[in-house]
Amino acid sequence: MNKKQKKDKITCNGIDRVLFTEEMRKDYTILFPTMLPRHFKIISKVFNHYGYNTVLLEDGTHGDEKAVIDAGLRSVHNDACYPALLVIGQFIHALESGKYDTHKVALMMSQTGGGCRASNYIALIRKALKKAGFEYVPVISLNFSGLEKNPGFKITLPMAHRAIYAVLYGDLLMTLVNQTKPYETVKGSSEKLADEWTDRLVQEMTNSRIKYSAVKKNYDLIVKDFANIERTSEKKVKVGIVGEIFVKFSPLGNNNLEEFLISENAEPVMAGLMDFVMYCAYNPIKDAELYGKGKKTAWIYKIVCKFAAKKQNDMFDAIRRSGIFNTPASFDSTVHAANDYISNGVKMGEGWLLTAEMLELIEEGVNNIVCAQPFGCLPNHIVGKGMMKPIKETHPNVNIVAIDYDPGATKINQENRIKLMLANANEALMAELDNA
Amino acid sequence: MSNIGNMKIDTNGQTVIGIDIGSTTAKIVVVKNNELVYDCYERHFSQVRPKTLELIQRIKDIVGEDDVKVAISGSAGLGMARCADIPFVQEVFATGETVKKFQPDTSVVIELGGEDAKVIFFKGGMDERMNGTCAGGTGAFIDQMATLLDMSVNEMDEISLNATKLYPIASRCGVFAKTDIQPLLNQGAAKSNIAASIYVAVANQTISGLAQGRKIEGKVMFLGGPLYYCQGLRKAFKDALKLDDEHAIFPEYGRLSVAIGAALYASKQAISFKIEQIEGKIEKSTQEKIQTAHGEPLFENESEYEQFVLRHAKAKVESVYPKDYKDTYAYLGIDCGSTTTKLVLMGENGEILYSFYDSNRGNPVQIVKEQLMELYRVCGDNIIIRSSAVTGYGEELIQHAFHIDHGLVETMAHFTAAHHFNPRVDFILDIGGQDIKCFKVKNNAIDSIMLNEACSSGCGSFIETFAKSMGYGIEEFSKLGLFAKAPVDLGSRCTVFMNSSVKQAQKDGASVGDISAGLSTSVVKNAIYKVIRATSVDDLGKEIVVQGGTFYNDAVLRAFENELGRNVIRPSIAGLMGAYGAALYAKSMRKDSSTILTLDQLSEFTHTSKAATCRGCGNNCQLTINIFGGNERYISGNKCERGGKLNEDASEIEVIPNLHRYKRERFEEFFKNSNEGTRGTVGIPMALGMYELAPLWYTLFSELGYKVVFSGFSSRQIYTKGQYSIPSDTACYPAKIMHGHIETLIEKKVDMIFYPCLTYNINENISDNHYNCPVVAYYSELLSGNMESLRGIDFVYPYLNVNDQKELTKELYQIFRNRDGGFTKAQIKNAVEAAFCAYDKWMSDIKAEGERAIKWARENGRRIMILAGRPYHVDPEIGHGIDKLAVKLGFVVVSEDSVYHLAQAPELAVLNQWTYHARLYAAANYAAHNDDVELVQLVSFGCGIDAITTDEVRAILEKSSKLYTQIKIDEITNLGAVNIRLRSLLGALDFSSLTEDEKN
Repeated sequence: MNKKQKKDKITCNGIDRVLFTEEMRKDYTILFPTMLPRHFKIISKVFNHYGYNTVLLEDGTHGDEKAVIDAGLRSVHNDACYPALLVIGQFIHALESGKYDTHKVALMMSQTGGGCRASNYIALIRKALKKAGFEYVPVISLNFSGLEKNPGFKITLPMAHRAIYAVLYGDLLMTLVNQTKPYETVKGSSEKLADEWTDRLVQEMTNSRIKYSAVKKNYDLIVKDFANIERTSEKKVKVGIVGEIFVKFSPLGNNNLEEFLISENAEPVMAGLMDFVMYCAYNPIKDAELYGKGKKTAWIYKIVCKFAAKKQNDMFDAIRRSGIFNTPASFDSTVHAANDYISNGVKMGEGWLLTAEMLELIEEGVNNIVCAQPFGCLPNHIVGKGMMKPIKETHPNVNIVAIDYDPGATKINQENRIKLMLANANEALMAELDNA
Repeated sequence: MSNIGNMKIDTNGQTVIGIDIGSTTAKIVVVKNNELVYDCYERHFSQVRPKTLELIQRIKDIVGEDDVKVAISGSAGLGMARCADIPFVQEVFATGETVKKFQPDTSVVIELGGEDAKVIFFKGGMDERMNGTCAGGTGAFIDQMATLLDMSVNEMDEISLNATKLYPIASRCGVFAKTDIQPLLNQGAAKSNIAASIYVAVANQTISGLAQGRKIEGKVMFLGGPLYYCQGLRKAFKDALKLDDEHAIFPEYGRLSVAIGAALYASKQAISFKIEQIEGKIEKSTQEKIQTAHGEPLFENESEYEQFVLRHAKAKVESVYPKDYKDTYAYLGIDCGSTTTKLVLMGENGEILYSFYDSNRGNPVQIVKEQLMELYRVCGDNIIIRSSAVTGYGEELIQHAFHIDHGLVETMAHFTAAHHFNPRVDFILDIGGQDIKCFKVKNNAIDSIMLNEACSSGCGSFIETFAKSMGYGIEEFSKLGLFAKAPVDLGSRCTVFMNSSVKQAQKDGASVGDISAGLSTSVVKNAIYKVIRATSVDDLGKEIVVQGGTFYNDAVLRAFENELGRNVIRPSIAGLMGAYGAALYAKSMRKDSSTILTLDQLSEFTHTSKAATCRGCGNNCQLTINIFGGNERYISGNKCERGGKLNEDASEIEVIPNLHRYKRERFEEFFKNSNEGTRGTVGIPMALGMYELAPLWYTLFSELGYKVVFSGFSSRQIYTKGQYSIPSDTACYPAKIMHGHIETLIEKKVDMIFYPCLTYNINENISDNHYNCPVVAYYSELLSGNMESLRGIDFVYPYLNVNDQKELTKELYQIFRNRDGGFTKAQIKNAVEAAFCAYDKWMSDIKAEGERAIKWARENGRRIMILAGRPYHVDPEIGHGIDKLAVKLGFVVVSEDSVYHLAQAPELAVLNQWTYHARLYAAANYAAHNDDVELVQLVSFGCGIDAITTDEVRAILEKSSKLYTQIKIDEITNLGAVNIRLRSLLGALDFSSLTEDEKN
């Protein structure tokens, strides 16, 4: 096979790929699955601004989880990973809902192209569409590795730039909600504030120009607003959440884990989406270093990483300035956090980032960690479950519990295991308070 | 009243109640004046809240007017505590309270409950571990196994102490274990040995599954019901952990430890109650509305049910009393299934003269003997059995024992019966005791066969076991489900997960009927979505025949029709279809007379069995030697012909090309190498990616002047050696076995162990990318972090690029330049070049041998099987000798990497991005375009990537109307089931070539 053919095969992978054309861009609705509701709401607006009629699916988030899971079970190999099942369940559920003219919609899904089977989600979606009789619906791969291309869809630099702000806004809101909600005296005030800000930021995303000074000003305003939420001063157990990206973040994927922890009198702590984005950009740099592969493009990723890190730090600075809230670790330090435990060459799935996030949490004094993963997640054997023992050896007070998520796993087992962790954590907290 | 005597429990004089509601039992303790005054341990049969209320009412007098503190614990107690607003304490935490109070020098607690298994470490950083989503190896599992042995748990325990021999049994999940135990029973292995083996399996499961790399040593306390009652289980744990009596503690309060812990926890709470208040709270909680997800009722009303019964009554086979039979000859069919034995005597016109269906109670030989005697009595002198056939798990055993004329694979038996019943049948679903079989029929031949993979099997007997555990017979249990108002939704995965779903439903107060109906729906969903993996009703077909004993259960049948939204045919002999098909087969193959034992021979028939281990090769098969009538022997359990008495065939088998054997022999040459190094020794673990690159690394290190030491092929012993350090029990077996290989190399005292991290595998330019899977790529990171024995060992696992010699040279130079006397870059460069030459030769040798095998097959008129998987599937322990089985069945066996160069991968729907899988797709395409080549795909349990490849390979084959066969393999694989699959494949091939001939 010559180089040209190979190239075509990558870009035209599969037999019946329906392209998303220039024409379609005009009147097609692009559906994309929800993972982080607030982040994605803002990101969706970025797409709108650049002329794509994107709609964030909310199937499965309003008491219809079961219908979505069933749609997934019907459409995907049941041994496929849970996130794939949920995402595809959302798509099929939406297409079958009658809400959309299925001849005027396209689906959009991210694709990393890494060595984890998640790179095949797109293929699984197409198979599912075919099975359900929607093979004419185009699927757009959202990726940065030049996998599939569509004439009607292109991520431009300004668009990516704006998307970075969207992600950082989302991370900021998530971080602050997690720190205020467990302590708020007026129930619901944190969520309400976050919703108000989301609406406002969504509006701003359509501004023709976004001034960075305005973004930074927003950061400060947001932090200030959250600082004004009335809160109790009680001490609560902090529980870190790490894991496979979808079940870590998606309430649909993790049975509302954050909500559950808060209801159990704990404070959830988790690193934002930006870290994962930067992790993806960092890996090609490491590849060049380890294997001498792709040296020519590595410099681009270096610039991207540096740029994103700068933006992330600006956001973190706003939190730090408040003097009230805990600031998450910046990616610059995350990169080195796990070096004593695992090589940064482990780049499939969440790779070294997952291990690093556990260690960063411990560094911040969060001694209880839930590692959320889809049942049978391959990279997690190594970077999650595989790293718990060495981490505990050097940090004997740390409690890490691995929770598997899949359509058959019951909430009661998951909650029981988390409760066990919390029982120990509360005892430790009591002892600490007594000593103080 | 307390059963334990005067146990002192210090609660500062307070009156305290501790309640522990587990998955199967309820426990309560009352402490008064610092003394245990009452305790109780009873099964709650899912009636969680009423049972608790009953217990509270029982202790009213004991508590009297005291102010009382109370806490609830246990997995089924959570919901109730929340609803009743009574303090709750997590059960492992409660256990900790008890242990700290009564046995503070305990270092580890092992607690087995109904569905939970826990290990709690107290010394060196408290750490508590519970079983995850899988409930295998627990009390419920032991209950299930006792049922399988047709014994009470006590009886099983008693006989286990007389064991003389142990068999390997998987305890990860009840279903796996059943597949291991059933053949043992059918082969006539002694129940005492099986019982003891079950306990050993439970002990191993708990230790390896939960300790996850932490050593269990010091004083170990054993808690929970099963460890309180089962002496055999205690012994198994003591043996496995090598504990003496001083270090293995089985306290008298073992089964109450959680309840006592709850009491201790309660005593520290501020709030206290009067007993009437507690009673009131719990009473109120019993009225809480059900929250679990529900399905529709199976039947709206009685009349709907009556219509349903009438409709199905139409599908029946004529029965004739033997004395009314007009003809002389009759045909016997026996279906010796996994849990039941079925027998049909059929007349010339298909009428049934005699039939039998019952559990084989673990001894099918005895049942068949009894039935044959009965048959002769019934037939008298009027009816002559002219031909007989046997099918099912016990086929070979029964055929040998009773000189049955013919044996046939069960899938063909079922097809024959269904086809006779409805010639237009295009889809058959059979749910038996523990198998689901379904086949599509096209052009009067089986088009595709789907058998359940081990993880969802056991469905039929699962309902039965569940009914029993809730105190019902299966019939009553299914009746309750028919008119249940709100069937619970139990999901559609492995039955083991259903246990926890049922637990949740119980917690929410679902009725027995709701659970029964829910289980029926789950069984059906499992069959449709997990085994058949249908997306719509039309996927299945129009003329659907359902059969198997499970479909006698009207609730299951109705659930199936509801799920499909269409009616199906259930023959009145649904449970006898295998036997009926065998009878039809016997008739079609009839000769003048039958060889079956006569009545006289039967009355003298005896059967004894003993166990043995075959030493013919490294597989060390567990054999069962059956002796009939004193001098006839039948040996079962052997994977190849060597262990049996059929040695004469063995030499022929050595001649038939088998690429798996070829590759093993080539590897053995590497293992035996006598190169003496001057630079020291390098240990290479023979697992995962080494099955691909061993020739490369071997040559590299030899060229550099090292002596290369291999860990050799895997074996069960090697696995056991390393299982203590496995952190993730759900990883695939080929990965888990790596730990044992590392241990082996450490024992061999090598200077350095080498297993590099390879994100990218060799790029063969046939795919979009050339990754390794995450496990193959990075397993060294896990080994390094989790294997304590590696501390202080020179474990070298660099990240290397094997696609660029220059780059690899550079990378290796970085690592080795100053090691072991130092190397120049030129030395490394030469070694790398030699290494790649060796690797290229290795690959071209394999391809050449593949071509030779194909040529040989064609010259000798043999079928070719591509036994495809990953390179490491040729390991005798991982491949379980399936290649030998295939050869025994007459195939020439080639591997995917020996033929993939003969075809190109077709257009795929998925991203073709792993080196190994790219070969798989190309090999599949080769099979697709060659009539004499079949592909059987080996899939390791837990391989997430194969969820993607299997669909793709199937699609490639089916596009060319080829049969797709998949075999899931694991730590223990039941070759019996594999045999059925492969023989079904053969049967289907024969059937279709027969019909081809007819057409021509």
